[in-house]
Amino acid sequence: MAYSLIPEEVLEHVFSFLSSDRDRNSVSSVCKSWYEIERWCRRRIFIGNCYSVSAEMVTRRFPEVREVEIKGKPHFADFNLVPEGWGGYVKPWIRVMSGAYPLLEEMKLKRMVVTDECLDLISRSFNNFKVLVLTSCEGFTTHGLASIAANCRNLRELDLRESEVEDLSGHWLSHFPDNCTSLVSLNISCLGSEVSFSALERLVTRCPNLRTLRLNRAVPLDKLPNLLQRAPQLVELGTGACSAEIRSDIFSNLTEAFLACKKLRALSGFWDVVPAYLPAMYPVCSGITSLNLSYAIVQSPDLGKLVSQCINLQRLWVLDYIEDTGLEALSLSCKDLQELRVFPSDPFGAEPNVSLTEKGLVSVSEGCPKLQSVLYFCHQMSNAALITIAKNRPNLIRFRLCIIEPHAPDYLTLGPLDTGFGAIVENCKELRRLSLSGLLTDRVFEYIGTHAKKLEMLSIAFAGDSDLGLHHVLSGCESLRKLEIRDCPFGDKALLANAAKLETMRSLWMSSCSVSFGACKLLGKKLPGLNVEVIDERGHPGSRPESCPVEKLYIYRTVGGQRVDTPDFVWTMEKEEEVLLTE
Amino acid sequence: MEGTHHHVQSDDLNFKATELRLGLPGTEITTSSSPKIIININNNNNKRSSPDNNESEEEDDNRVSSAAKSITAPAPKAQIVGWPPVRSYRKNNTAVVVGEEKKTEYVKVSMDGAPFLRKIDLKLYNNNKNGYTELLNGLEKMFNFKIGSEYATAYEDKDGDLMLLGDVPWDMFMATCKRLRIMKGSDARGLGASAV
Repeated sequence: MAYSLIPEEVLEHVFSFLSSDRDRNSVSSVCKSWYEIERWCRRRIFIGNCYSVSAEMVTRRFPEVREVEIKGKPHFADFNLVPEGWGGYVKPWIRVMSGAYPLLEEMKLKRMVVTDECLDLISRSFNNFKVLVLTSCEGFTTHGLASIAANCRNLRELDLRESEVEDLSGHWLSHFPDNCTSLVSLNISCLGSEVSFSALERLVTRCPNLRTLRLNRAVPLDKLPNLLQRAPQLVELGTGACSAEIRSDIFSNLTEAFLACKKLRALSGFWDVVPAYLPAMYPVCSGITSLNLSYAIVQSPDLGKLVSQCINLQRLWVLDYIEDTGLEALSLSCKDLQELRVFPSDPFGAEPNVSLTEKGLVSVSEGCPKLQSVLYFCHQMSNAALITIAKNRPNLIRFRLCIIEPHAPDYLTLGPLDTGFGAIVENCKELRRLSLSGLLTDRVFEYIGTHAKKLEMLSIAFAGDSDLGLHHVLSGCESLRKLEIRDCPFGDKALLANAAKLETMRSLWMSSCSVSFGACKLLGKKLPGLNVEVIDERGHPGSRPESCPVEKLYIYRTVGGQRVDTPDFVWTMEKEEEVLLTE
Repeated sequence: MEGTHHHVQSDDLNFKATELRLGLPGTEITTSSSPKIIININNNNNKRSSPDNNESEEEDDNRVSSAAKSITAPAPKAQIVGWPPVRSYRKNNTAVVVGEEKKTEYVKVSMDGAPFLRKIDLKLYNNNKNGYTELLNGLEKMFNFKIGSEYATAYEDKDGDLMLLGDVPWDMFMATCKRLRIMKGSDARGLGASAV
């Protein structure tokens, strides 16, 4: 074959243009020599489930990696469905990589447990470390951040998105040495307590390439102009608290500072915002493409005024204070809108506190031709509205609807919302992510199995009548990678009938369903390529009859074998040839 | 001067029976319905509040607007774990209540040399694009004068400072203005034409 005539260096050069993992994986399967060449030049790896493979296996196969991204806990951990202590520890990864990847530059972790010891190890093991992104992580304190600040000489990005950090002191920021000038992105919005403002100011002053600055709530509004003046090149800004005594000097300083920030494209923060100060930001609104007002307790008309100025808006995250009227105005002024997320201001209130219904979403679907990603919390929905939305926006890629009351029917017909969601999957042929809610029968799953051929992630809660529902999904959704289910009457039959499907997916989560311990054991034996984890805080499932449903079930494919770090409420089901005891 | 209307309303909390109050013809002196209650707002903690504040923003317990249902709503039902699927840090960032704004915002207006003061409702000019222009027109009518070299308009803000009218956006002015003052004579010339 002609392949063997192409020199290695040329192949390596060609492969260097391949950034997608899928392409690189395909290239590796062509032949042994391509496999070898590719593995030596892969620079970036993404591990969607930290237990799907071991760190040793990864570093053995890919010795020259510079960027690592790892995810830990399943998505439902965000809503407290995964018990504390379940797992997702990054420590073994860091220990192995500190030896294998001395040149590592980037680490991005999501839903993992990261300790101060880990952060310290990172800061001392990788001389060229540049980027640390911790999304929804936990287990560390500000002492760990101090290590990163002090030891990472070339740090470009420190992004603590939505992580839970134990705030021991705000002085960690002062650990950035005076000669650190490399920061491009700093996101400390999740931190509770005050950081040393003068240290922050000096840091911002000496980092001329700073593009992203997301402050935490404790940074007061009257200090914001000081920072903006020192960083007029900012592209993304997260304010601190937006409340202050109403004073004209604060207002004019703020306006002046914003006027100077000609490159601003994204705004967030807005805690405790006082509407009188919003006009200070009007000068930058026309350039804003991303606006996160989901912490801003602002109502119409102030909310509407701000949003309608942002005519180039592509992404809006907002509380339901925007109401149907605000969404209608949005649909008229922001024609470039691609992503909309509407969060509930009072998620546990017995009655709706604002006038936000299905009508708001329908208006946006009508007025915004580029809308492709939706997350919407509301109290009422109808099939008619869903059908309208589906017909208006066949280009939807992500559709996550949360009707707050479980089992809520179509409020007009009082029937299930099957046909509405059916219309979504039928019309939106590129749909990759879907979250269902409301009153739903097995019928909706039939529609999904028939039409949702590109669907990769499906979230189901309080839906369905029987195993048939689950069977439709597992047998019909060809592209399905992640399935998460809670409180549905799905049991053993569908799972066992579609067991092989599970090896083609990243993971399956089922909690408060009807899967028996016996079925879990069977799955564990039948499918050596999977870890079948039973999570049950009531004690060993063997102490109850085999037919008894397990509390929670997490099944994922793996080549890393059984976990060695399971807590006492997690049992991995025995695989056929293994002698290891799982109890 | 226009004809006077003498209003005494029993639920006007700040009203002293001996005070002579002159309202603009055709307007009613009404007190507020429930004000906004917003967490962490500092603008009500006025360090140097003048003794003659406008209508206080005390709640009238009997007048809870329907929009403030959340305070009086029935207790939420027993919560299901993890439902609705909202991250825990989002649960703490919500308001307690939504209330209706005050319908009027009367401030005292004094004119140098005039024997008594007037009161004017700034909210009357709130929805206009030219709040300041309309306000000046209203003042000119009320006191029967013309803005120019003889007169200048100023206001006293929350800190007690005398400020020239027109520098800040209307909303900010509304929030900080405690009283208006029409200045005459040499003081007015010093200020020159107003900023408006």
